Amino acid sequence: MTNTDLTETFCEQIRDAEEKGTPLAITGGGSKMFYGRRPDINAISLDTTRHCGIISYEPSELVIQARSGTPLRDIETRLSDNNQMLAFEPPHFSENATLGGTIACGLSGPRRPYHGAARDFVLGTRVINGKGEPLHFGGQVMKNVAGYDVSRLMAGSLGTLGLIAEVSLKVLPRPACEYTLKQVCNQAEALRRFADWSGRPLPLSAACWYEDHLYLRLSGNEDGLRHAQHRLGDSLLESLPDWWDNLRDHKHPFFNRPDPLWRLSVPPATPPLAVKGDWFIDWGGAQRWLYSNDNPEQIRRLVTSIGGHATLFRNATERIEVFHPLPTPLLKLQQRIKRAMDPAGILNPGRLYPEL
Amino acid sequence: MDRNTFIAGLSDLPARCILKDEAELRPYECDGLSAYRRLPWLVLLPETIEQVQFILAYCHTHNVPVVARGAGTGLSGGALPLDNGVLLGLAKFSRIIDIDLPNRLARVQPGVRNLAITQAVAEHGLYYAPDPSSQIACSIGGNVAENAGGVHCLKYGLTVHNIAELKLITIEGELLTIGSPSLDSAGYDLLALLTGSEGLLGVIVEVTVRLLPAPEQAQVVLAAFDSVAAAGQAVADIISQGILPAGLELMDTLAVRAAEDFVHAGYPTDAAAILLCELDGEQHEVEVQIDKVTQLLQASGANEVRRARDEAERLRFWAGRKAAFPAVGRLSPDYYCMDGTIPRKHLGQVLSTIAQWSKAYGLPVANVFHAGDGNLHPLILYDANKPGELERTEEFGARILELCIAVGGTITGEHGVGMEKIDQMCVQFNEAELQQFHAIKQAFDANGLLNPGKAVPTLARCAEFGSMHVHHGELPFPELERF
Repeated sequence: MTNTDLTETFCEQIRDAEEKGTPLAITGGGSKMFYGRRPDINAISLDTTRHCGIISYEPSELVIQARSGTPLRDIETRLSDNNQMLAFEPPHFSENATLGGTIACGLSGPRRPYHGAARDFVLGTRVINGKGEPLHFGGQVMKNVAGYDVSRLMAGSLGTLGLIAEVSLKVLPRPACEYTLKQVCNQAEALRRFADWSGRPLPLSAACWYEDHLYLRLSGNEDGLRHAQHRLGDSLLESLPDWWDNLRDHKHPFFNRPDPLWRLSVPPATPPLAVKGDWFIDWGGAQRWLYSNDNPEQIRRLVTSIGGHATLFRNATERIEVFHPLPTPLLKLQQRIKRAMDPAGILNPGRLYPEL
Repeated sequence: MDRNTFIAGLSDLPARCILKDEAELRPYECDGLSAYRRLPWLVLLPETIEQVQFILAYCHTHNVPVVARGAGTGLSGGALPLDNGVLLGLAKFSRIIDIDLPNRLARVQPGVRNLAITQAVAEHGLYYAPDPSSQIACSIGGNVAENAGGVHCLKYGLTVHNIAELKLITIEGELLTIGSPSLDSAGYDLLALLTGSEGLLGVIVEVTVRLLPAPEQAQVVLAAFDSVAAAGQAVADIISQGILPAGLELMDTLAVRAAEDFVHAGYPTDAAAILLCELDGEQHEVEVQIDKVTQLLQASGANEVRRARDEAERLRFWAGRKAAFPAVGRLSPDYYCMDGTIPRKHLGQVLSTIAQWSKAYGLPVANVFHAGDGNLHPLILYDANKPGELERTEEFGARILELCIAVGGTITGEHGVGMEKIDQMCVQFNEAELQQFHAIKQAFDANGLLNPGKAVPTLARCAEFGSMHVHHGELPFPELERF
């Protein structure tokens, strides 16, 4: 694995761009280029992939620190060698996925509802702001409440607030054993069961529904899992080795369609939504994938009314905004935060919202 | 602005919400850090969101600063009042508004006590995980403002990991909803930014917390060691073996003896340190892990390993730990509770340095800490009535915090910066980082009216404080005027 620190080069590049007012398009491995709004066509590419290497990792501290261009696969291999994992189960989407892109996009896999999101595992970051200043926030300890939590703010900000140069993440032990259960079930009943099970002390680590079947993953030691399986009733235990990885990385055939794919984030116990289309439900009901020809504004209105939001996740069209519109006061506040981090507005402008 | 003129403009507020006489103001002169006291200019106790909006907008118009306070149990002086501004007490916001069982959420007002949330949902087999030691008294609004922690943090996270939505009022009086009952929200993650912002960015008037299923089984093991270093090594051994305890707490001999005298928990008082390790979860899993932890502790050199025989003994073991602070308080007229976090591997080095300094300063130290996440709580014993002893204690405390930074840790794990650690912020963060914090503050509160003087120091303050820390002959912030 290469080990290169380009922090100073990035700082100079950003300072230069700030001076000239040139927008920059920060990119990592490009595995999630499909996600979000299109980069500014006048932007100069700033590639982070050569800025890589694991800086520190001590299994007994449950922390790994690495540069943003470090391939996700390298990090996961290193953790796996020590029976540890990234518990938010980040999507890869391709072999090129990097740590920086993972945090900048803030996406999490099937384990998210039971163990936390990408942002929950961020302990610290080194960030280069829009003035080209390298700044360090958070650290490598589990508890740190000194100063504003800028590190976790970076998760999901799509590089619009700063270039993520380094990240420290909390890691967790890998479970000794995992079972996947499959049950025949319609969508409404699956959502009811997810809500019921999520409120009980069961070793759940993933729960999804697709085509009249629900799938449940249990993680823990063998005795505990067998006991939990009995408590879940007439469950069918299936060997589905790639099921959760394929869901995480969108390799499941459901995600192959060229149509616009919606991601609805809703309170998990929300009953089936009155939208015609093809559904794949993940995160125990909280993340709902949808192909639909219904009016996008209607979809968004419906989701807003139940406290959720809708993202046009893949195959976006020019006509429809990718991200859910923000209420005006909140958008104005977010614009001021963007200006606080990137006064010249040169970092990935417009990638998240046209105004940011 | 003249106080009487200011009060005259509050005529829309019921008279019972306004405290202005010295006798009424006196109880508000400090929060949980009683070493710092200041008589507030005015105390306002609103009862509705609209009243909070009105007060903030009114303060904004008249450029009057505001300090929000919940239960006032904070330990870093974060809610210390101002002698030229309003202390905005939110204790009357003490209602649980809604419990959403299917989504495992509770919508509560900020003055609801931390423990009251768990008590309200316990009958449904749910609980709220973050458990600061003051959970019987501290309020959820303050927990959010400080990103409070507790025993459960290693496994279940801090406040930031356990909340879903906030209702926040800006200094202009605008009501914003941050976050959502879903698992994430559109735009920037302001929920993360606001949690732990110590009342500098807005006033929280409602919190939606996430509830977890109460574990099927919780079991605790107590281990006694001849040295604190051996106990520290045992912590690393447990975690390296893939075990994630729900609580992993360490107490040194002074704390053990004080706690034993106070609550009679059955602790071995001849031990140099005791470790409490709690495992929770599915019953069979806990049984297996308890056996494994017992073996690991024995192999780590524990001279006694004791598993709680029943629930009553488990609670007794914890009662000693939870009462450790008041127990130590019986040993000395005063104590000063520090709150630094370090990477666990430096535990031995940091504790032996603290012991050396304790001798040098002539101030005993009892150590009680969250060993699982490296959050130290050295309690420095002193007597405020002895001239100069408080100053020596503060200097000792500051050195401990700077030691935490030197080994890669932080000056606060769960209590916040407040007034107490504001000088050490100048050590942990450089000028550009502090300027970035100020820029973020500006985005929320351009005139700096919310909790001024707390949490994030001005560069001028750092220049003064930094004058004691000239490295390589270079004067910090040379461009700033000297005082």
